[in-house]
Amino acid sequence: MADDLVLEMRDIRKEFPGVVANDGVSFDVRRGEVHALLGENGAGKSTLMNILYGLYRPDGGEIRLKGKPVSFSSAREAIEAGIGMVHQHFMLIPVMTVAENIVLGTEPVKGGVFLDERAADQRVTEMAKTFRFAVDPDALVEDISVGQQQRVEIMKALYRNADLLILDEPTAVLTPQEASDLFEILRRLQGEGLSIIFISHKLNEVLEIADRITVLRRGRTIETVPREGATEESLARAMVGRDVLLRVEKAEGHPGDVLLEVRDLHVHDDRGIEKVRGVSFDVRAGEIVGIAGVDGNGQTELIDALTGLQKIESGNATIAGRELAHSNARHALDAGMGHIPEDRQRRGLVLEFSIAENIELHDYAKPPVGKFGWLFPSRMIQRARTLIREFDVRGGGPYTPAGGLSGGNQQKLVAAREISRDPKVLIAAQPTRGLDVGAIEYLHRRLVTERDEGRAILLVSLELDEILSLSDRILVIYEGEIVGEHSGEVSEQQIGLEMLGGREKTAA
Amino acid sequence: MTAPGRSPSPPTPPTPEEFGDPGTLAARLAIKQRAGGIIVPIVTVVLAIVISIAVVAATEHSLHTSLLAFKEIFDGTGLGWIAHPTTNLQTSIAAYNLSQTLLQTSTLILTGLAVAFAFRCGMFNIGGQGQYFVGLIVANWLGVSLAGLSPVPHILIAMVGGTLAAAAYAGIAGVLKATVGAHEVISTIMLNWIAYWVGSWAFGVGGPLQDTSNPTSPVSKQVAPSARLPDFWGNQGFQGVHIGFFIALACVVVFWILINRTTLGYEVRAVGFNPDAAAYGGINVKKNFIRAMAISGAFAGLAGVIDMLGGTTNYQFGQLDIPFSQVGFIGIAVALLGRNTAVGTLLSAFLFGALLYGSFHGLGSSSVIDPQLASNLTYIIQGLIVLFIGADVLILYAWNSRKKLRWRPGKPAGATT
Repeated sequence: MADDLVLEMRDIRKEFPGVVANDGVSFDVRRGEVHALLGENGAGKSTLMNILYGLYRPDGGEIRLKGKPVSFSSAREAIEAGIGMVHQHFMLIPVMTVAENIVLGTEPVKGGVFLDERAADQRVTEMAKTFRFAVDPDALVEDISVGQQQRVEIMKALYRNADLLILDEPTAVLTPQEASDLFEILRRLQGEGLSIIFISHKLNEVLEIADRITVLRRGRTIETVPREGATEESLARAMVGRDVLLRVEKAEGHPGDVLLEVRDLHVHDDRGIEKVRGVSFDVRAGEIVGIAGVDGNGQTELIDALTGLQKIESGNATIAGRELAHSNARHALDAGMGHIPEDRQRRGLVLEFSIAENIELHDYAKPPVGKFGWLFPSRMIQRARTLIREFDVRGGGPYTPAGGLSGGNQQKLVAAREISRDPKVLIAAQPTRGLDVGAIEYLHRRLVTERDEGRAILLVSLELDEILSLSDRILVIYEGEIVGEHSGEVSEQQIGLEMLGGREKTAA
Repeated sequence: MTAPGRSPSPPTPPTPEEFGDPGTLAARLAIKQRAGGIIVPIVTVVLAIVISIAVVAATEHSLHTSLLAFKEIFDGTGLGWIAHPTTNLQTSIAAYNLSQTLLQTSTLILTGLAVAFAFRCGMFNIGGQGQYFVGLIVANWLGVSLAGLSPVPHILIAMVGGTLAAAAYAGIAGVLKATVGAHEVISTIMLNWIAYWVGSWAFGVGGPLQDTSNPTSPVSKQVAPSARLPDFWGNQGFQGVHIGFFIALACVVVFWILINRTTLGYEVRAVGFNPDAAAYGGINVKKNFIRAMAISGAFAGLAGVIDMLGGTTNYQFGQLDIPFSQVGFIGIAVALLGRNTAVGTLLSAFLFGALLYGSFHGLGSSSVIDPQLASNLTYIIQGLIVLFIGADVLILYAWNSRKKLRWRPGKPAGATT
């Protein structure tokens, strides 16, 4: 075997009560290689990495690091062996500086007990310079962007002399620009001889950054292929086990009456800062209107105002002729609003509730489920069974807690609830965030179907691809204002520029 | 008793896979917690009692004495009577003790339900004690001042009046939380003291509800016989078990129905688990804070009402030697141990009732151990239980690794290489 193998994992097996998470998975990483681990949610990627990182003990199989068999019983041992992991959710302390976060746990000390801040600063600055990280060591972590926080996490691993870096879905939290910055950094690290395991389910990214790609499905290794020759279609087929439609197929829309009318809307956020500044637009029956924009430009406040969750400061919004006068979610729901919220776990679902109970989150008090204040659980269960079948929610039955479902099935559950209420207007906020290919395909098709049924659909997404492929009309939001409107063909670059507020420049 | 309050009861037995694909971490945790629903409280209680035995043994320098002390507690509860219900002198003492244990249990069921209900809505009602006092005071006032009514309406009026007053009193904390965001822990603690001092004044010397036949004692008037809850077991002259016991049991059923079979309960649970999702669902979260707090107060107030209308003695504030003065606080431990479910609260109220009366009476009247230690033993056990409940994750972990240790040798170590 080649001795440039940094890591070999052979026939790894891990069982949890009732399920085999890893079933003879084999996988290796060469020195200076970016190796992508691709698979749907629940395919066993995280389990495999947690085994490598010492968080789980494997039930069988062998791990060799630089040729030597290893068995870590804690993350500390893995770190000492040169493995660094950047989790999807950062493990940083917001009130401490970048340098302090990086050295935390292995601080340079002077006089035995005192933190040698100067030494810490110096080493971090040096490292930032070597790898061109562009992070200020003295900045507080809470003040820097998400992309920079991620770099801090990477630097933390490098500071501990990691030569094998695991990145768990690193681009899930990044804007497209930040993602390409990250890729540049990864290439530089690769040039320095680091090996990188890149966990993802985004096909285009994997094809862009990885040297080799290993696809997992249901706990098994399906294939390991070099990037050359791999296509999005071939990878998607390996991931899902069948042919997947990556492009959304949709017929020409037939817009009807205006169902959502927004006029000169002003909305403040919870801190009283004006986030939506005089927005006006219409959404008609049978059309999908996409709102493109960089995160934090007023999308959240706009949606919250339209769904009665945030007060409308001035201006008005009308759903199928009924004006949303008060900030009252019930009022919006009764007017015919459906809402797939951007954060399904915080807002879209009560994770402790069963699937059946979650389905009734809006209508628990209405027949057939509720009558005169009484609840009829058996009718709830019946309705749940029907919807679970219709929307293909997998991983449980009516009694399963929603928190026990995978992300894709949670989102299907939310979609099932919102669509089954037969709304006139459907707001879909980040409907496919964090989902895998199969679930994305399903939700996109469903949104197009619902459009064809004559619903007015407002799609808000940070994924430009999603906006471009689904929308009949595109609005671009920047600092709380609509700065561009497009129907028909428009280039990604054009919208990208407008998202950054550059409309004047391009017009000139 | 595995969490009857958590999911709608199935009309048909669900298939195993409907109870959750154990594939994800959250699902596995949910399954563990469901199993832990009964394991954790039992392990908690056993651990607490074992450690208390050790504490007593260490203090008294004798394990034998310690075990003897716990036998005294058990005898003090009168539970032995169930095994030997005859009528000689000893067993009639046991019967009396059992009746007192049941009375204590009745009160704790209600104060426990009060805390549990607020918990289910995501609030911590520390004001059970104050709400109990309000129920007690108002029941005394109505029980005394409406003398002359016939029994049924008199009892009903006093009961409803006391309960509603306590509900309104607790509702203040709910209103403060909903309108200005005042935390219910702070406001209910302050309301406790207001209720306490109002009671001290009303029952105190010169107060409007003071017993005038005994002008120098700061004790309450006796309620009129027409307002007295009828006894159904035990000695009329002493303190028999009155129908308050059944009222408390009925409240367990009411609690279960409210939580699991009404839209109100659905709202309470949704708000308790995730207020953001509840608001998104169209539920008025603020209204639920106020309403749940009032219902919580009603349970605690009813505890005060049945203690007042069922009691044969006058009441005095500030008597720390009677366990009654702590029932609101013990209700917190009762609810925690009972995992905020109806049946769980019932069982843990019984445990605490037996402990309280058993150690107060059994140990208090014998000289097996230092009386100072005897009177504090209940609180030691109670404290340990609360401590271990906070560590339920630890207990589950220990419980699971115990199983792993036992199973591992027999289990094949996966694929061979």
